[in-house]
Amino acid sequence: MKFIKNIGLVVCIIGFSFFVGSIFVGEYQVSEEKFNSWINNKGIKSEIFIADANSQIVGKTFSSFKLSSKLIELAEKSSEAHQVNIQKWQTEGGQDEKINKEWSKVIWVDWSKVHKDFTFPLLQETVNSPVNNNQWLAFFLTFGLAIIGGLLYIIPDFILLGPAGIKNNALFQHSATNRGWGGMLVAAFFISFYFLLYFFSDFLINPILATNPISLALSGNPASQWFMYGLIYCSVMTVFAVKMYVKYRHNLYQVIRTTVVWFFQIAFAFLIPEMLVRFNQPWYDFKNAWPLNYTFFFDWNINSLLDSGNLGLFMLVWGILLTIVVIPVMVYFLGKRWYCSWVCGCGGLAETLGDPYRHLSDKSLKAWKFERYIIHLVLVFATVMTGATLYTYFSGATTVLGIQTASLQSWYGFWIGSIFAGVIGTGFYPLMGNRVWCRFGCPLAAYLGLVQKFKSRFRITTNGGQCISCGNCSTYCEMGIDVRAYAQKGQNIVRSSCVGCGVCSAVCPRGVLKLENAPDIDRVNDNPILIGKEEVKLK
Amino acid sequence: MEHVVIIGNGIAGITAARHIRKLSDKKITVISAETDFFFSRTALMYIYMGHMKFEHTKPYEDWFWEKNKIGLLKAYVQTIDTQNKQLKLDNGTGLSYDKLILAVGSKPNKFGWPGQNLKAVQGLYSYQDLESMEEYSPTTKRAVIIGGGLIGVEMAEMFLSRGIAVTFLVREDRFWGGVLPKREGDLISRHIKKHGVDLRFNIELKEILPDENGRARAIITTNNEEIECQFVGLTAGVSPNISFMKEGNIETNRGVLVNEYLETNIPNIYALGDCAEFHQHPTGRKNLEQVWYTGRMMGETLAQTICGNKTAYKPGVWFNSAKFFDIEYQTYGWVNSELRENEADFYWEHEKGEICLHLVFDKASNKLLGVNTFGIRLRHEVCEKWINGEATIEYALEHLKDANFDAEFYKQYEKEIINQYNQEKGTNLKVRKRDWKRIFSKN
Repeated sequence: MKFIKNIGLVVCIIGFSFFVGSIFVGEYQVSEEKFNSWINNKGIKSEIFIADANSQIVGKTFSSFKLSSKLIELAEKSSEAHQVNIQKWQTEGGQDEKINKEWSKVIWVDWSKVHKDFTFPLLQETVNSPVNNNQWLAFFLTFGLAIIGGLLYIIPDFILLGPAGIKNNALFQHSATNRGWGGMLVAAFFISFYFLLYFFSDFLINPILATNPISLALSGNPASQWFMYGLIYCSVMTVFAVKMYVKYRHNLYQVIRTTVVWFFQIAFAFLIPEMLVRFNQPWYDFKNAWPLNYTFFFDWNINSLLDSGNLGLFMLVWGILLTIVVIPVMVYFLGKRWYCSWVCGCGGLAETLGDPYRHLSDKSLKAWKFERYIIHLVLVFATVMTGATLYTYFSGATTVLGIQTASLQSWYGFWIGSIFAGVIGTGFYPLMGNRVWCRFGCPLAAYLGLVQKFKSRFRITTNGGQCISCGNCSTYCEMGIDVRAYAQKGQNIVRSSCVGCGVCSAVCPRGVLKLENAPDIDRVNDNPILIGKEEVKLK
Repeated sequence: MEHVVIIGNGIAGITAARHIRKLSDKKITVISAETDFFFSRTALMYIYMGHMKFEHTKPYEDWFWEKNKIGLLKAYVQTIDTQNKQLKLDNGTGLSYDKLILAVGSKPNKFGWPGQNLKAVQGLYSYQDLESMEEYSPTTKRAVIIGGGLIGVEMAEMFLSRGIAVTFLVREDRFWGGVLPKREGDLISRHIKKHGVDLRFNIELKEILPDENGRARAIITTNNEEIECQFVGLTAGVSPNISFMKEGNIETNRGVLVNEYLETNIPNIYALGDCAEFHQHPTGRKNLEQVWYTGRMMGETLAQTICGNKTAYKPGVWFNSAKFFDIEYQTYGWVNSELRENEADFYWEHEKGEICLHLVFDKASNKLLGVNTFGIRLRHEVCEKWINGEATIEYALEHLKDANFDAEFYKQYEKEIINQYNQEKGTNLKVRKRDWKRIFSKN
């Protein structure tokens, strides 16, 4: 068994090596035809850029890094020249039309967008690599090996870890799960991956191509970086769901919850949207609610839904109802767990890939204070940004109170949507636990939390006086709730941040904690009388 | 301002300190030689197994004590001068008190075995015991554990988590035989064996043999078998840690003797927790009850007395819990290892032999006296209500769903249980649905 496990590890590492290695292979031959079509699609008007590129790029062969940086270098150079012209004409005065025309030639190269918007399409078109020529083989060598290896590594634990039960041995003694070099390495890998995915997708052309055959089969379209990301997400969740089954096979709550959250990811966030595209409908994730889905009210999304007939209209209405009716009603009956740890994609990744890191969350009072400020600030930011978006949509004005709606949107998209949710949210799993985004950043979690705190039947019941203050519950709370602080006082746990993963109850050695939906009278027992003795009442 | 000094920062002493602070603004000093801050000693095993770090076992953050003006002093008390109300500490200084609370806990039993003070022979009680287990583990291939109780099985689990073989010697014919009835004892014994422990019954320790460095190298059992080992765990119970006050004038027996108000024979000196022994237990239970919960409840009670509301210690329905490898155990009321004369019982065991429910009731009146469960969690409030309210065995069985505290989606066995009862007794009881009103009602 140990042997199979080790083979699995080796195979998995080989798969990842192919994945990372594929970034560095291949060459990019820019033909005149492809170059011109890119210029047309991008609407590039700068004659300086076109001339430079024609002489320095067209007909030549590059590596992805070289081509990408050359394009940006030429774009910057041309923009500088145009801006010099503009300045000159501005000082001369009276040449407004000329100036406006010159402005339209400027190519904006903002680092956070330039790769995915500007250079990516040309690189995608011009790539010539072994991956491109053997896409199925590439898929097998990267995804295939990583998945098979992962499963071979995980499944023997069914035998190796002994009879069913809590399996947390050595978590705080192993470098991968205790912020040692192993954890640092994984964090560095995650963070780099997210940076490439969000901002430098032109370096991921080959990994994306490796997923091309799957994309063609599903939606009929070539794979984009988001398709590749979706496929990675689903694969990772599948492999780690198996790990959850092995680890928690004695606990039906965990088994069912894992299955449901996995299903919602595979079906609702991946297969159904891709199928919709196949039938010429908008890509739509029926479970992704605003404000987590912050682009829902962006004009391009509303317009695309409105242009898609009855189904599009249904999607628009459903999206609104989901946030204002379905969510609060469900939270009242079941707690926010129905979304955060049973349905949500971010939660799904946290509860599978993230499970080995859950004990790394910060339980201090300080962290709790920080959390309350920052998560509610993000909710306010999301609401203001969306308000401005809708105002702009209906009034046509591009600014609200002097602030450009578009810049609000791009700020939110960059700082919250990419950096916070992706780079930090997942990249920091091995450093700060698996719910960094959900705990500190997710505006939807903040909204659900408010409902859960003030009007819900959900609580974690503390079982009388049975707590021995051991601290397993607090240690394994991914949201950093100091569960023990309540349990040892005999208080129920009613906290806005609780996502109801159920692990505190699972790791409790004395049967003290139970997630429950019950009548909401006396849900918060602020001054409980610890039972087991008769004479002392606290108040 | 009155100065309350508490010796010992375990659950009993710390609970007293916290509740005195809640009720008053007396000056409070807690003295401990073990650790700087209160930690949960029930979690020592989890530190060893890597489930937690020491910091996670501290129920309060380090700033808590200063904020609540509870003074902490790391020192060892050498003598108590009850006349001048003065403590002599190992750092050469003295400390005077107005009221003194002895919460000094207990230490693992040693019954005079030859070799019991060798290196790598120890119990598991204090933080220092954990450190020493850590120290010897890398050079231990097999450990022998003496005494089949709660700490013994914890130690076995700890060693197995590091791949160290364990031989477990139990005096009785089953695990924890002094407390568990035969069938429960057998159930847990099977489970312990399933985890790979070499569990042996009806055997005791005779002697521990040293190697050339004064470390245990083997033991000899009462049937003269020599078992090679590099570590010997002594887990045959604990006794009050009161040797330092044997000389003084505080009255002691096995522990510090106290009355129902936890007062010793010396005015303004109190004792509680593991080290306190009642002259006569207020509710007729054992005079020495060394568990976490009694320590905590005594702390809550004594704080009332110290703060002017003189209160007798009156624990309610007995309860306890534990976990043996993967099987959780809870008990409410009294389920003795042998039935008493007036008692009858009903026992149900799941076909796979790892889950059971044992109800003991009064033969004449059918009133429920006690519950043992293994692998099923029960609601403390409901069980206490039943036993206090003199519910019958039949009432309890019919309303068993009210008491179920297992996580959602767990398989529930009420129907199987009641069917077996009906079959045995020729009754026709039916499982009632869970009812929140009944569960939440106070009586």
